[in-house]
Amino acid sequence: MSKRILKMITIKQLETPLYDRIAAKFEIADMRGSNEKITALRKKAYSIFNEMGFPSIKNEEWKSTNILPFLKEDYEWEIIEQEISKDEFDSTAKLIAKHLEAIQNSLKGEQKGAYRIVNINGRINKDLSVFPDATQLKILTFEDAVDLPSFQKYFGEIATLKNNAFAALNTALFTDGLFLEVPKGIKIDKPVHIVNVFLSESNLWIQPRHLIVVQPNAQLEIIETVIADETENAIFVNGVTEVVLAENAHFHHYDLQTGRKGMRFVQRIEASQLKHSNYSNYTFTLPGTDFVRNNLNIHLDAEDLESHMYGLYLSAGTQLIDNHSEVHHKKPRGESNQLYKGVLLDKSRAVFNGKIFVYEDAQKTNAFQQSNNILFSDKATVNAKPQLEIFADDVKCSHGTTIGQLDKEALFYLQSRGIGVESARNMMVNAFAFDVTQKVANPALRVYLEKLITAEMAKA
Amino acid sequence: MLSIKNLHARIEDKEILKGLNLEVKAGEVHAIMGPNGAGKSSLASVLSGRPNFEVTAGSVTLDGKNLLEFSPEDRAREGVFLAFQYPIEIPGVSNINFLRTAMNEIRNYKGLPPFTAKEFLQLSKEKQKLVEFDAKLISRSLNEGFSGGEKKRNEIFQLAMLDPKLAVLDETDSGLDIDALRIVSRGVNKLRNKDNAFILITHYQRLLDYIVPDFVHVLSDGKIVKTGDKNLALELEEKGYDWLKEDVTI
Repeated sequence: MSKRILKMITIKQLETPLYDRIAAKFEIADMRGSNEKITALRKKAYSIFNEMGFPSIKNEEWKSTNILPFLKEDYEWEIIEQEISKDEFDSTAKLIAKHLEAIQNSLKGEQKGAYRIVNINGRINKDLSVFPDATQLKILTFEDAVDLPSFQKYFGEIATLKNNAFAALNTALFTDGLFLEVPKGIKIDKPVHIVNVFLSESNLWIQPRHLIVVQPNAQLEIIETVIADETENAIFVNGVTEVVLAENAHFHHYDLQTGRKGMRFVQRIEASQLKHSNYSNYTFTLPGTDFVRNNLNIHLDAEDLESHMYGLYLSAGTQLIDNHSEVHHKKPRGESNQLYKGVLLDKSRAVFNGKIFVYEDAQKTNAFQQSNNILFSDKATVNAKPQLEIFADDVKCSHGTTIGQLDKEALFYLQSRGIGVESARNMMVNAFAFDVTQKVANPALRVYLEKLITAEMAKA
Repeated sequence: MLSIKNLHARIEDKEILKGLNLEVKAGEVHAIMGPNGAGKSSLASVLSGRPNFEVTAGSVTLDGKNLLEFSPEDRAREGVFLAFQYPIEIPGVSNINFLRTAMNEIRNYKGLPPFTAKEFLQLSKEKQKLVEFDAKLISRSLNEGFSGGEKKRNEIFQLAMLDPKLAVLDETDSGLDIDALRIVSRGVNKLRNKDNAFILITHYQRLLDYIVPDFVHVLSDGKIVKTGDKNLALELEEKGYDWLKEDVTI
């Protein structure tokens, strides 16, 4: 398969709206290779996107989140390069080393280490990565994975395109992606640390795409972190990750969402689970970025399953953090549990929308959802909306949402013992977050996370 | 040590303290009794710097320093300790972390180096033994799941660890059974010395059988209306507070 370099198109916002630019790109884009299935999927996705355009606040799923201000920049679309320059390589390596040091410094006691996959602007860089043995984990670009049976079986089958403009756009125009597969019965001995590096010399639009397949009886732990450059260029990341858990597969998926000013993320993680599997997603969103929208959809496609969604967001400045999730209980005896906690500082905003669908056949479903939010300032806002649609009659479902402020009595108690206001607030935020942070089984990650929270609170 | 002169305070436009006077010297134990609504807990709140309480007149000095100018945490660092009537549960904040942070902030204020983990642990074991506080409770979150009695005893344990100059015990005896009362009292008695002072706020004379006060004051309608020794408490027990109202010109 020949590799051709896609033309770089600078989209000038002034002339016509952004999605007309995208149309232009689609027309002239080089449709990779001869894979008919992918080409057909792209065409279908494109027509969906073309019809919908970017969502406005008239769209129910975006009514509290106005995306349009973030689409105004003239973004350059992803550039495929054969290799990055030596300078870029060196500076990226330094950034990564510094990043890892920061994480490792929070380790106490034994460190088991982790494998590492480094993505630069959505594309894998093997030289900076530390792969496990291929018998433990297959790591391939889509281009290289295209003939594998599980790729063919699952690619494009999980992510829902209908009514989802961003997912459709990613599907139509993603350039290449990352395919991960854990073979049957393998319990990988160390976590896999995916380091997502974003570098930009101008405003950039990036569309990473992942397909993660965990085969029967296999176990996987992934920790995703972000390293950004130090410019203030706008980077819009429109990512889609499809996840498949076969029978009795276990996947702990940690996503540490940090970043800098100018960064905007729309991220879809959609998972399909089979019998006895367990998908646990931990999404931690911290200050720094302009905007984060997470779409986490889990399809419980078989009986006797477990799904856990833990989320912690700390928003600051004028940041907007939007967590949308859907859990689809389609078969009997599924258990889903969602716990999302938010601390909002300054003038930041958060949106929480958790949907639970219990289909007719899903008897004996246990579905729980909790959303707790603390507003630190008068100007912070949160829109929280649980949504339950239940069509089976023998189920246990509950939802609870709270929005409040720090308990003043508790604060006073701490002060009365000599603890200063800053420390006291910090202790209480950590205490609030505790329910979620204590679920992080990886001790190094938990300590690192608590450190990040403390550092952010100190700025408040 | 503590000098309260003509203290007037109010909460939300309601005047609670109406010219309270009190002198407490180092080494002394003072009991403050009185009918409901008299202002006993309010006095504790004002001394510890609880927000919403506004001092409208008078002064409070601790070893010559104007206590009212200090923030709640600085009052604690200056050596004031309030044992709460209703200690709060703070899930997620561990007892150990909480205490160590508190102690180190106080030491920092005084220009002392922080405790090492080892030193802290040793001190903790020593004081646990002293006030008969269950070691198991230490490793848990602050007061989480503690019974009423355990919470009160945690207050006394903190008192032992923080070693304040002035300890104000706000109805520490309420909700305690006889055994818990004895344990709390034993703890307090072991902590008494010539350099510190205690103010015991209580409804009932019973506590004072175990912690024998040097002075007993009756706080009624925002002022101290009568002062005596421990026998005053016995008289009140017998005759009730109304007796006082007849006796005293208000």
